[in-house]
Amino acid sequence: MTRTPVLAARDLRRSYGRGQNSFDALRGVSFEIFEGETVAIVGKSGSGKSTLMHVLALMDEPTSGTVELSGTDTRRLRGRVLNKVRNRTFGFVFQQFFLTPKATVLDNVTLPLTIAGVPRSERRARGMAALAQLELADKARSKANDLSGGQKQRVVIARALVNQPRIIFADEPTGNLDSTTGAIVEDILFQLNRETGITLVIVTHDETLAARCDRRLVIRDGELVDETRRAAA
Amino acid sequence: MKTTDLIGTAVSNTFRSKTRTLLTVLAIFVGAFTLTLTSGLGTGINAYIDDTLAGIGASDIMTVTKNADTATDPTSTEPEKYDPDAVQSGVGPATTTVTALTPDDIDELATIDGVLEVTPVISVTPDYIETESSDPYVVSIAGVMEGQSAQLAAGSMIDDGDDLELLLPTSYVDVLGFSSAEDAVGATVTIAITDNEREQHLIDATIVGVADETLASPAGAGAVANDALTDALFDAQSTGLTDEEADRYAQATVRFADDATDDEIADLKQNLEDAGYTGTTVEDQLGAFTAVIDGIVFVLNAFAIIALLAAAFGIVNTLLMSVQERTREIGLMKAMGLGSGKVFGLFSLEATFIGFLGSAIGVVLAMLAGTALSSALSGSLLADLPGLTLIAFDPASIAVIILAVMAIAFLAGTLPAARAARADPVSSLRYE
Ligand SMILES: Nc1ncnc2c1ncn2[C@@H]1O[C@H](COP(=O)(O)OP(=O)(O)OP(=O)(O)O)[C@@H](O)[C@H]1O
Ligand SMILES: [Mg+2]
Repeated sequence: MTRTPVLAARDLRRSYGRGQNSFDALRGVSFEIFEGETVAIVGKSGSGKSTLMHVLALMDEPTSGTVELSGTDTRRLRGRVLNKVRNRTFGFVFQQFFLTPKATVLDNVTLPLTIAGVPRSERRARGMAALAQLELADKARSKANDLSGGQKQRVVIARALVNQPRIIFADEPTGNLDSTTGAIVEDILFQLNRETGITLVIVTHDETLAARCDRRLVIRDGELVDETRRAAA
Repeated sequence: MKTTDLIGTAVSNTFRSKTRTLLTVLAIFVGAFTLTLTSGLGTGINAYIDDTLAGIGASDIMTVTKNADTATDPTSTEPEKYDPDAVQSGVGPATTTVTALTPDDIDELATIDGVLEVTPVISVTPDYIETESSDPYVVSIAGVMEGQSAQLAAGSMIDDGDDLELLLPTSYVDVLGFSSAEDAVGATVTIAITDNEREQHLIDATIVGVADETLASPAGAGAVANDALTDALFDAQSTGLTDEEADRYAQATVRFADDATDDEIADLKQNLEDAGYTGTTVEDQLGAFTAVIDGIVFVLNAFAIIALLAAAFGIVNTLLMSVQERTREIGLMKAMGLGSGKVFGLFSLEATFIGFLGSAIGVVLAMLAGTALSSALSGSLLADLPGLTLIAFDPASIAVIILAVMAIAFLAGTLPAARAARADPVSSLRYE
């Protein structure tokens, strides 16, 4: 079976700094992720997980190696096209919420659509739909600042899926939450994966979260040391 | 991101940090307010000067006098030789003696290079003016030159017809027994003039308008007569003189090409000088005055612009802080695919909007303050200068001020905006 992977890392290297101070955060990482998969990237703090995610999400360029998106070499994507690809294909959940505190929840959620140039009425409709999906429709008019931590994380997830991306990148999505709220957020993400077939790439310390994913990629000192596939359920 | 969204976002970002925006807007406000007032002062005074110029005469006209043959040294105390053609010109202490122009001189002037037309200025010296119900009052009467106008308080301008018409200065309305300027229009006045044989002639004329006494109305504080009336008065005055004796003029007006350059005008003056005449343009008469006003307005404007420059640094500072604060937001938007150009646009638009707020408020308040101030002053301090609006505003210069302030604000915003545009999304997101 030769399916094209939705995302493929080919010998990715990323070094910071020059000369004596140079530091290799990624030292030749290769793997493939297929449409609809849930992949956990695990490893100790400082091992290079976030760096890897940034490179995969085309926010950072690798020092060498390539990232392929549905078989296309992304090194050829530049400027406007690259921005468009990122806007259309990816949804982001970061280590911090990164919400604009004084803007409304709805405005925060529709940010990717605003950037894409979607007309206001359509933005509203799609934003409300995403919020409804996360049971936050009643908070649409509230200021983002006035929400609880769990609610904020759900807003962030709503923002990540409002543009109907093919891949959601989540960097420690539950890192800031207590275990119960964390579990709820996890459930939402996996439910999305099951229902819409969205590909999940989750960076996490959390073993139980990693265990729920189809696959675990273990990173140590910038290298992929282990790739375990969960027994097909 | 669509342009409308970009502008909307920039505007709402402006109000995110209200105190900071307010302070920056205030700084710009001070600059724009001052600039509007000072330029309004320039506009007001220059408009007044322009009106005055129109009163004095068209810009293609020169007043010509004949130089005295023997240049008399004004500081000399030696007895002066008699010159039968000498005429006193000017009034008050600044009198100068010039030689009268004869018809021959007029003909000679017409042949000088650059002169299109020569008109002798006829001067009449009436004894008094009166109405049936009033006492006689001393008056001076002058004609109008082509292109001259007067600021009318009532009625209309005199015309070139055969009727004897005059414009009455406002100060004569009361004393001649009229209840108002409107009341005077259409009334008949009698002018008395004495000829060379000491015989007094009475001539009736119709008041067609009442003129404000501006600094330089055609006749100063006197009445303005149309050609028909001037001729009638002149004929009366010249009764008993031979033609040769009558046709003597203190000065003549010379018309030159209305598109003449400064150099050509200078050449013409030199030609006149060589032929023994002195030419004075309207600009010469008012030149020093305008130069002083322009100088003052320039200095005031310079102060206002310095204030605006200081405010521009305020904008740089405000936006740099804002870029710093929003580092992660910028990183996030870039990660989500917002291009650098749009990020630049977002911040420079924010700067431009701050500039717009400051300048719009400044301009509006300055116009209110300026209008109030000039109407207060024209009723008191400047009451003797009717027609002067000390601070006047014209839409073009107001628009220029607003646009210029917005341009300055935009320029000030480019530095922070470029910094935001350059920001790398990954390091912005890592920023604590
Ligand atoms: N801009 C940079 N300059 C230099 N070194 C950097 C830079 N960014 C990251 N690093 C280094 O790269 C390594 C990997 O960082 P990264 O953020 O990917 O770790 P991580 O695995 O996500 O850790 P954590 O679990 O704590 O988030 C770290 O040692 C870090 O110090
Ligand atoms: Mg990390």
